[in-house]
Amino acid sequence: MTTETVRIDRETERLATEPEPRPAPRRRGPRRPLKSLVKHLVLVVTGAVMIYPLLWMVVSSLRPDDLIFSQPGLWLSDVDLSHYPDGWNALAHPFGRYLLNSAVVVLGSVLGTLVSCSMAAYAFARMRFSAKTFLFAIMLITIMLPGHVTLVPQYVLFSQLGMVNTFWPLVGPNMLATDSFFIFLMVQFIRGLPKELDEAARIDGAGHARIFLRIILPLMTPALATTAIFTFIGTWNQFFSALIYLTDTDMMTVPVALRLFVDSQGESNWGSMFAMSIVSLLPVFLVFLFGQRFLVRGIATTGIK
Amino acid sequence: MSAITELSKLKVGRRPVDPRERKAARRDNKAALVFLLPWLLGLLIITAGPMFASFYLSFTDYNLLEDPNWVGLENYLRMLGDERLHQSLRVTLTYVVVGVPLQLAVALFIAVALNRGMRGLSFYRSVFYLPSLLGGSVAIAILWRQIFGTTGLVNQVLGLFGVEGMGWISSPDTALGTIILLHVWTFGSPMIIFLAGLRQIPTMYYEAAAVDGAGKAKQFWRITMPMLTPIIFFNIVLQTIGAFQSFTQAFIISGGIGGPSDSTLFYTMYLYNTGFKDFEMGYASAMAWLLVVIVGALTAVNFIASKYWVHYDD
Repeated sequence: MTTETVRIDRETERLATEPEPRPAPRRRGPRRPLKSLVKHLVLVVTGAVMIYPLLWMVVSSLRPDDLIFSQPGLWLSDVDLSHYPDGWNALAHPFGRYLLNSAVVVLGSVLGTLVSCSMAAYAFARMRFSAKTFLFAIMLITIMLPGHVTLVPQYVLFSQLGMVNTFWPLVGPNMLATDSFFIFLMVQFIRGLPKELDEAARIDGAGHARIFLRIILPLMTPALATTAIFTFIGTWNQFFSALIYLTDTDMMTVPVALRLFVDSQGESNWGSMFAMSIVSLLPVFLVFLFGQRFLVRGIATTGIK
Repeated sequence: MSAITELSKLKVGRRPVDPRERKAARRDNKAALVFLLPWLLGLLIITAGPMFASFYLSFTDYNLLEDPNWVGLENYLRMLGDERLHQSLRVTLTYVVVGVPLQLAVALFIAVALNRGMRGLSFYRSVFYLPSLLGGSVAIAILWRQIFGTTGLVNQVLGLFGVEGMGWISSPDTALGTIILLHVWTFGSPMIIFLAGLRQIPTMYYEAAAVDGAGKAKQFWRITMPMLTPIIFFNIVLQTIGAFQSFTQAFIISGGIGGPSDSTLFYTMYLYNTGFKDFEMGYASAMAWLLVVIVGALTAVNFIASKYWVHYDD
């Protein structure tokens, strides 16, 4: 049974991530090498143009400020590391404080989303209850509902609970599965798991809690990984709610701290701003390096994000 | 299967249930409630409750400090004469109408180029995908602000070719363009969706077409495009909804004011400034409901229009 699901899983992944070995149509004869060369050239140039600003930002963060305005190239004549300590200490707190705040928010959001969404997903995928179709439709609609429509009352609610300048307004909703996209993603995944597994467990006397914890949850780790990674990146970059709820410099997460940096230093201090921008992008970049597989699969199988 | 196709396939009808099954269904209700409890609480406290509350507030003069007073349709009537609101709608619509199709066109073009089991595919895919993960961050908005600034990277490169640059962000004619360009830069995730879609087109269609003498262009327009239309449609719908709410990039690039001369005053930025700078929470709530109506209407238009161009197999 387990091998079966692993096979299904591999199949999805193959569909999503690997090139289909496709027999080349016979007609394409001698013109092919040139065509393929042109194609590679177009792709390489496009990719280079896209990535160049990122590389340039990294190089510029290692240059004296005056060179940032005059050096479009990537050649680094002498390395100037001072932007990193300067940027790190440019705001009210060392930048590590904001990284830590962000880490706490991210951790709470990821754990909250994983627990609450997987529970709801199990119910939608495997249980029978009244008004299921209706609730499922509501869940799908909330994926598409613009968040601004709840903004003002939510703010009033959280401020009356004394939660402005705490992490609760950012983490709390995630604990209550408000990012229903992930419920949908997990429902899709659970539906792909063979039902015989739960039926066998049920005959052996297992209840829903046991089936969920012992059978479904271990099998849905790929979906959980995808959810964790998307939530990580989304929360790490989360700006709007942090801007509204975290106004105290003690509590600021990285995006609002960076915004404060831009506002206070204006156009004068690009080197340090670049340095801290790079620091703030590093976690996302690492997730990209190690979790790309799950991201690609998540996108490819649900078609969102 | 996507959320949208799922939504359109939901059956409203009730099927006859035999008594034993009904009993089983009843038995599950309690357990289901436990599993759904976090989500239901969220739905009530975080989503539905605030939705109704904001609908009510949109008919008041609420300012966060004093109790709201009922003002009837005043907020909605005020919208009719609010020039900045009209400007913000123009800006946002331009962004959506230009940015969304442009981004999807690039994504589709690159996906088709990458499709045929080519060498270096996974490398290319990573390179094109990375920006879409970073693009939503404040850090990239800061980078953009520098690149398109008067002394920024773009003007430095133009200078190498002897072309005199300009202040791309400080000029009202080009500021929005730089933000649209940033949106196009993040074409990686729709590209991944298109790649997955292309994989699912049976190769025999192409083989049959090749046997019948159809050239590459004809194969693309007669096989690839029709087979991809559901995915393109799905992307248009979701990207439109998302793009209408974009905020971070324009906020950072314009320093929070939507300038120069309101040329990057996105709708959500105006909403934020109205509610959280001027504390006109009643008016901001009305603006939020207008946003829902507009996004809903655009989605409906997309669905109606889809009947004429989206090709479904079943």
